[in-house]
Amino acid sequence: MFKSCLLDKITIIPGLVCYDTDAVPKEGLDFNIGVYKEVPFMGHTCYITQTMVTTWFFMLVLLVFALCVRAKLKKYTQVPKGGQNVIEFIVELMDSFTRSNMGDKYAYFGKWFFGVFMFILMSNLSGLLGFRPPTADLATTAAITLTTFFLIHFMGITKGKAGYFKGYLEPIPILLPINIISEFATPISLSFRLFGNILGGMIIMSMIYSTAAKYVVPAIAHIYFDVFAGVLQTVIFCMLSQLFIKDKIPD
Amino acid sequence: MDNSSIDPRAFVMGCSAVGAGLAMIAGIGPGIGQGYAAGKGAEAVGRQPEAKGTITQTMLLGCAVAESTGIYGLVIALILLFGDPFGVIKGNPFLG
Repeated sequence: MFKSCLLDKITIIPGLVCYDTDAVPKEGLDFNIGVYKEVPFMGHTCYITQTMVTTWFFMLVLLVFALCVRAKLKKYTQVPKGGQNVIEFIVELMDSFTRSNMGDKYAYFGKWFFGVFMFILMSNLSGLLGFRPPTADLATTAAITLTTFFLIHFMGITKGKAGYFKGYLEPIPILLPINIISEFATPISLSFRLFGNILGGMIIMSMIYSTAAKYVVPAIAHIYFDVFAGVLQTVIFCMLSQLFIKDKIPD
Repeated sequence: MDNSSIDPRAFVMGCSAVGAGLAMIAGIGPGIGQGYAAGKGAEAVGRQPEAKGTITQTMLLGCAVAESTGIYGLVIALILLFGDPFGVIKGNPFLG
């Protein structure tokens, strides 16, 4: 009795776990990860979720946009005009952002972080278009953060060499386990910050839509939770990633 | 259902809800921290209005870092509420 009246309606899976799609609610408050299809793959079950579909859609949009800009690149002139102004502005903006965080020597990271920035920004703002933001799924943010984790230690080992490994024994060698734990805390805090902010905003927005939409205008809440928090968290994610990478590179 | 016994799954779900509420006490810390950062930012802008851009950028970065502990609390609360960590729905042998 208990199961039939309560559990069927409240089982909500906010991008944390994925099991038993029969328990996913069909109506009411619903911010689950949106399983479309289950695909058997090498003895496991893979889930085609809304996150994956939206992610591939935004990847396609960004790729088509990039290819269009690339095709026009030959026509660009010394003195910019028209759309070239916009492209140069956003590229220069990201370049100066990277320069101010990592210094002129490592300004080439701007190219990588430009892609990360555009993808996270589009994901965060996709709540405005009615999608479930892909960044409200821990899998997406963890994947992006793993690339940062790889970059931190790759740059640390290639540029820092012995100093990188010596850094774990500072200030005193007995703190080695604490230092190793703090290295793993970096990607966890980075991914959970983005995930928690966007998921929290999404849950509040779906609560507004399901209960209070008759009495208040949801657009005002969209400005704060999607536009302000989304853009801010994108900037924070890129800035913190750059600072963590810079931290491992000796001067 | 007789009053002397509680469904163990109902008990676990109720305790999870209380735990989620307690986890959100973590929101106090970031609130104090962000307020302090914003106050100091306003002070700095008052002293040096020409450095407003740099001060705002530094303040927002500090606020976002201070916010992370509150976000951890939120994630713990969401796991307790919706993530089913004790196997109430998946099935846990201890819950019968």
